[in-house]
Amino acid sequence: MNWEWLPHYIPLLIHGLYLTLVLLVSSVVIGGIMAVPIGLVQVTGPWPLKVLAKAFCTFIRGTPLLIQLWLLYYGVGSLFPGIPGIRDSFLWPILREGFYYAVLAFSLSFAGYEGEVMRGAFLGVPRGELEAARAIGMSPWKVLTRVWLPRAVRLVLPTLAGEIVGQLKSTPLAFTVTVMDLMGARAKISSDTYIMYEPLILIAVIYMILTFFITRAFNYLERLVPQRR
Amino acid sequence: MILAVAPLSDLLSFGNKGYLDELMWGAIATLEISFLGYAFGCFLGLLGAVGKLSGGSLVKNILGGYTTLFRAIPELVLIMLIYYAGTNGLNQLLISFGFEPIQINQLLAAVFVLGFVQGAYSTEVLRAAILAVPVGQVEAAKAYGMTSYQQFRRVVLPAMLPYAIPGLANLWLNITKDSALIAVIGSSELANVTRIAAGGSKLYLVFYLLAAVIYLVISMVSDQFFAWLERRVRRGQRKLA
Repeated sequence: MNWEWLPHYIPLLIHGLYLTLVLLVSSVVIGGIMAVPIGLVQVTGPWPLKVLAKAFCTFIRGTPLLIQLWLLYYGVGSLFPGIPGIRDSFLWPILREGFYYAVLAFSLSFAGYEGEVMRGAFLGVPRGELEAARAIGMSPWKVLTRVWLPRAVRLVLPTLAGEIVGQLKSTPLAFTVTVMDLMGARAKISSDTYIMYEPLILIAVIYMILTFFITRAFNYLERLVPQRR
Repeated sequence: MILAVAPLSDLLSFGNKGYLDELMWGAIATLEISFLGYAFGCFLGLLGAVGKLSGGSLVKNILGGYTTLFRAIPELVLIMLIYYAGTNGLNQLLISFGFEPIQINQLLAAVFVLGFVQGAYSTEVLRAAILAVPVGQVEAAKAYGMTSYQQFRRVVLPAMLPYAIPGLANLWLNITKDSALIAVIGSSELANVTRIAAGGSKLYLVFYLLAAVIYLVISMVSDQFFAWLERRVRRGQRKLA
């Protein structure tokens, strides 16, 4: 085992860890917010929205994330240079950067998987509670924000840790679109030093530690939320 | 110099000019890798589940380490680790025995790697399914004097399938999608072929959409198949409500 390269690359690895965490948190937050309407319209929405949400979930869940990412980065990204004047606009630095495509792809993916989970959770809230809320005279919006959504979120909480760990395990794909996350940092180290295994083993250990912390954090969170059984 | 790009109808055709035949072979390779990896993974999973349930403490610890490690590390990292470590290790073994190093068949390497990752997940699925079989049924089998193999083959296996099929169906859908990760180490399956076709023709959007549709069809057909399979293995069960 050769670890001589490690001190030299610690800043790169820390920046990689930071980017991995940014990718994870931003995609979970954006995707999680998107998942609520995607789940809701499948339960109560008008049929065009219902069909649209269902089709979105089917597409996201039925195709590899790698293909979705490449479809956005290479496919959609290849259309932008054709737009006249775009190279001079303020958008160009964003449209050129693989990182934003990765955030978008991972958010859409999380929204697709979690939207399906939220659909089940909305259906799982007992009818009587919604009827009680309506009987008190709550508006549909209030029923949603005070009863339906909080109860649905409580139902998905036990599965959320697993979903987020799954999302963490998807983030290394970002290195295929030039993002210097942990996986990207590893690729740079390997190409600089011709050392293959040690960097891989190191980031594998880092991913395991992150997984451990996510699981622990959610166990704690779940105990904070009261639930009568 | 401007690259002369052939018309779309040529690129989307079979034969020398077009990429459709390459995509078709890529899709077949994806199915091949997925199927063999899945079979290997289920085999490992069955061994793992039986080991976890009835092995000694050493076996249990090793299997616990295997399932925890392989489910906590990203598939992409694992695939690279096993692929490079596996091919390198094998070649060093060959050299130390005085043989020439060999170029390892990429399809086999992919199957091996995916199967190993899959095995960790199917161990857990099958373990839970075996545990769901009522103890009384196993005891009844014992009382008849069945050997432990007979108990497994005639009672535990058919009785656990209804519990295992939904999990195994998910794993199959996962492996068809995870097989795309093999593209990162270079291979002839669908994702990599698509990358080559898209790069060669400059029609990135068209080819990635096409690949997405092919994966989607694989997923949807598999969904139907597993729904049928689940109905079949549940045929003796009482319907709920």
